[in-house]
Amino acid sequence: MMTTIVEKERTTESPVRVKEHAKSVYSTNQLNLWYGSNHALKNIDLDIKEHEVTAIIGPSGCGKSTYIKTLNRMVELVPSVKTSGEILYRDRNIFDSNYSVEELRTRVGMVFQKPNPFPKSIYDNVAYGPRIHGIRNKKILNEIVEKSLRGAAIWDEVKDRLHENAYGVSGGQQQRICIARALAIEPDVILMDEPTSALDPISTLKIEELVQELKKDYSIIIVTHNMQQAARISDKTAFFLNGEVVEFDHTDTIFSNPSDKRTEDYISGRFG
Amino acid sequence: MAVREKFELELKSAQDQLITLSNMSIEAMDKAVDALINHDIDSALEVIEDDNDINKLEEEINDHVVLLIAKQAPVATDLRRLIVIIKVAADMERVGDYAVNVAKEAIRIGSEELVATIGQIDTMRKLAIAMLRQVIEAFIDEDIVKAKEIAELDDQVDELYGDSIIKLMKAGAESPEKLKQITQLAFVCRYMERTADYSTNIAEQLFFLVRGQRYDLNQ
Repeated sequence: MMTTIVEKERTTESPVRVKEHAKSVYSTNQLNLWYGSNHALKNIDLDIKEHEVTAIIGPSGCGKSTYIKTLNRMVELVPSVKTSGEILYRDRNIFDSNYSVEELRTRVGMVFQKPNPFPKSIYDNVAYGPRIHGIRNKKILNEIVEKSLRGAAIWDEVKDRLHENAYGVSGGQQQRICIARALAIEPDVILMDEPTSALDPISTLKIEELVQELKKDYSIIIVTHNMQQAARISDKTAFFLNGEVVEFDHTDTIFSNPSDKRTEDYISGRFG
Repeated sequence: MAVREKFELELKSAQDQLITLSNMSIEAMDKAVDALINHDIDSALEVIEDDNDINKLEEEINDHVVLLIAKQAPVATDLRRLIVIIKVAADMERVGDYAVNVAKEAIRIGSEELVATIGQIDTMRKLAIAMLRQVIEAFIDEDIVKAKEIAELDDQVDELYGDSIIKLMKAGAESPEKLKQITQLAFVCRYMERTADYSTNIAEQLFFLVRGQRYDLNQ
């Protein structure tokens, strides 16, 4: 449909232009975070929908990794962290004093920048979470391991060497084993902190395709430095700058016609 | 080195190529109508021959832009800038083709005395060419206000076109022996009218470039 000329003017009123009715996994409301006196996250409002891939982009030090680590309260491992505001996960504030971090982390898996398998066999890596949760039955564990490795699109590559050390496979395969390890606890959300930055292009592509598959069953939040990756795989993109969300919108809009000049400058490679 | 300096330089070079192409097409159209009015067959032949250069330059622009997209992966406004260059280049190449058509009519008419409507065709030519020149200026400055003004001029060309056709039909009724020339001049009028339409197309492309949305300036 054509738009009349007077209709469209760029606006910088609100960074959040996405309003929809799909179910929210996470609702972040006026989140502030300080590392000592460093105000790392400022008044973050973000609504993350289920079965979507949400990409978080921004230059180094913008707060994107801090934000994602706040979603499973991993950021609390850093001394002198202070927060205000709320993060609702499935309508419950994860900062509530009676909220169990363990429970949160069984619902929210995480994959890191560098593949970090345990120095154990491929099988034991994937079975680690379920075992911690008390599953001892060999048959059930076998099923979980196979299902998780299949879910991470690596079963065919490792099915004959399940009991070899996970360090013995390639970096890209290790990362998919880590994804399988995250899937084994049947999470609701998968957080990915630059999951392909240490991988070669083919492994990167495999992970990207995997993300597309995984979003059918999980909600995915991915921090990435690779703008084209965000454009390729995410449904929505949030652009962080200096601890603030400058713009949050459908990925198609962010990469074709962003509202804020700072977003345009960043995605066009003019700073950062 | 400034961030993306190489991209900026390459983009500027593609824009410069487009400006060269536009000037070549505009001059070709001007020269073709002159050739028609002045019965200058040599000039008309030159217009036809020079069209090869216009076609070649359009292909070069396309190749240049495709390479830039492949190598620099531009997004948002940068990507639109490149897409619009390809589209405007295609429009300007088409204007060059219309110039060739006019030149061919000039050759067909040869030294035969022209009917009076030729004055109106000249006016259409001046208006259409002024529109093209201005829209290219607006394109360089990314000035959508100017682009909209140019698009509005298209109504004048359309009116002149309608009026010219009526006059040519009358002239045909009065001088049936000139019917062949009158048909050829009607085609020339059509080429002028279409040339002006391309200015509106380009103005719309400029809106898309600047605003990221499509507008219909013919409304």
